[in-house]
Amino acid sequence: MGGCCETAGLGSVVLMSINEKPKLEATLITGRTIEQGVEKEYGKSSREYAESVAVCYIDAEDMKKLGVKEKTNVQVSTRFGSVVVKVLKSPRTPHPGIIFIPYGPWANSIIDPETHGVGMPSFKGVPATVEPAADKPVLSLTELLNAQFGKV
Amino acid sequence: MSVVTAVTCPVCGCLCDDIELTIHDNKVVKVKNGCAMCEAKFMGYSSEHRLLKPMIRKNGELVKVSITEAVKKAANILAEANYPVLYGWSNTSCEAISVGIELAEEVGGVIDNTSVVCHGPSLLSIQEVGIPSCTLGQVRHRADLIIYWGSNPWSSHPRHIERYTAFSHGRFKKSAWKNYVTKIKALVGRKKVQSAIKRLFVKEKIPSAVALSNFRHTPYLQTGKNSRKLIVVDVRRTKSAEIADYFVQIEPNKDYELLQALRALVRDQELEVDNVAGVPVEYLEEIVDAMVSCDFGALFFGLGLTMSGGKMRNIDAALSLVRDLNMRTKFVIMPMRGHFNVAGANTVFTWQTGYPYAVDFSLGYPRYNPGETSVVDILLRKESDAALIVASDPISNFPRKAAEHLTENPLIAIDPHMNVTAQVADVVIPSAFAGIEAAGTAYRMDHVPIPLKKVVEPPKGVLPDETILQRILAEVKKLKQANVREEA
Repeated sequence: MGGCCETAGLGSVVLMSINEKPKLEATLITGRTIEQGVEKEYGKSSREYAESVAVCYIDAEDMKKLGVKEKTNVQVSTRFGSVVVKVLKSPRTPHPGIIFIPYGPWANSIIDPETHGVGMPSFKGVPATVEPAADKPVLSLTELLNAQFGKV
Repeated sequence: MSVVTAVTCPVCGCLCDDIELTIHDNKVVKVKNGCAMCEAKFMGYSSEHRLLKPMIRKNGELVKVSITEAVKKAANILAEANYPVLYGWSNTSCEAISVGIELAEEVGGVIDNTSVVCHGPSLLSIQEVGIPSCTLGQVRHRADLIIYWGSNPWSSHPRHIERYTAFSHGRFKKSAWKNYVTKIKALVGRKKVQSAIKRLFVKEKIPSAVALSNFRHTPYLQTGKNSRKLIVVDVRRTKSAEIADYFVQIEPNKDYELLQALRALVRDQELEVDNVAGVPVEYLEEIVDAMVSCDFGALFFGLGLTMSGGKMRNIDAALSLVRDLNMRTKFVIMPMRGHFNVAGANTVFTWQTGYPYAVDFSLGYPRYNPGETSVVDILLRKESDAALIVASDPISNFPRKAAEHLTENPLIAIDPHMNVTAQVADVVIPSAFAGIEAAGTAYRMDHVPIPLKKVVEPPKGVLPDETILQRILAEVKKLKQANVREEA
């Protein structure tokens, strides 16, 4: 890893070294989308369900900074893990530095399990980094479960 | 072909009870009045992902078995466990939940419902601060100011705005729909003019921040006596934010700060800063003006408050803000409950155990201490040694670390669909859909009980949750009696 030359803030892109891919420092929010709401009712084994939740909504400006196009793969990492999902351009902007992944097994691979003594993990507001990952595939639900629990 | 009217929709906490279903050959073929999720539920309940036969994991594979064998296996797992977790409950009827609690007491386990990862912090806070609330009917007929904080009803409760708040036609308050349409038309017109000017004269791009500030500060167009105003507070622009008269875009994890700042402003105190949580104080003053000058305000808060930094303390501040506002005008507050019967789960839990969720029976009497007896904490500490999941999907919905321990436990799933939890479970028992194939009672988010209808027959051999749980309970009791006899 190369040296970091600037202080990273939300929405800022840090170039670690000339050969490395840009990284976006962001805050991860997970939540409901109507697509996720509809597909979960039809059945979670479907491809459509996976397509509705294995995505990450990013601000168009942030996408430009990262150099990623819509529907390409990115790796979202937090202190608790990392997951590869598809980028979607956020339909309502601006919200620089805020990325959104719908509720589901992909989002829950990387959220903060700490409940702070009240029973509730932190599903929203988790510090995360995003980097382009054109060479890595988005895992299907079965592949994800197998990778995480080895039991399907 | 027959039409069934006044069907209750078993999807979200709105429990819309005006759904019209067309039934043909024991199948729902048409849904009227429902939202996208409602239609998906009624049309998708019998999809290819439906579970039809009970299954038990043998040599790593799920194998079809008889219901008697599956019930016996489930009862065995629960009776043998020292500290089983019984989780789910928000997507089934109150009648089934009631049997579930009896089962938890019988096996000395922990029973918890989905509010633990939803509005659990709200319940803790309500116990501490209290809640000035009302029914949704009151809001529909009387509220002239609606606030959605950390909630995007357009996606999570699609008919909430139309049935109960800004776009509903109340007895004393009119729908804001027309204002919204006018506003959108004006905006579209303005955008067209702007782009025409840009094309003709300006080469460089108009910065988007300017366009946003224009929209953000668009005052409500109609201020008539019967009109309603809508305020949305969120970290990102949502569809709900787009229809609001005021949208407050707040920085993540800063809800507590903003709520306390609003409290200060409501009490006529001055703030010695320019911005709070990324929002100019000037704009906040405008919002507080709208709040204190309304006749009847209603604040609906979502998981944006319970899931981000501060958690229950955010709700403390929101409840206190509403308490403060009641010194100036009439104001109520209500959590936007997610699953259709999560309020029912809390209610039945409270009737039978004294506590709304996270109830531990391991000492023989109910104990309640969220943070200790809540299911995510138990799983993170790797304490449970078996789990029964009813009408829920924690493997999909819990943080990976918590789900991991669940997969290490003997796991029983009772669900109509082959969801993620069922895929990794050791015993899978298919159940009838509550509200489609089984009747019962559910509680709306404002704690109004509403009957669920049975509109079609379940597939052959598929039983309602209540019956399955009763059979497991009977089997557990039999096993325990046999154990007592053996010991004697």
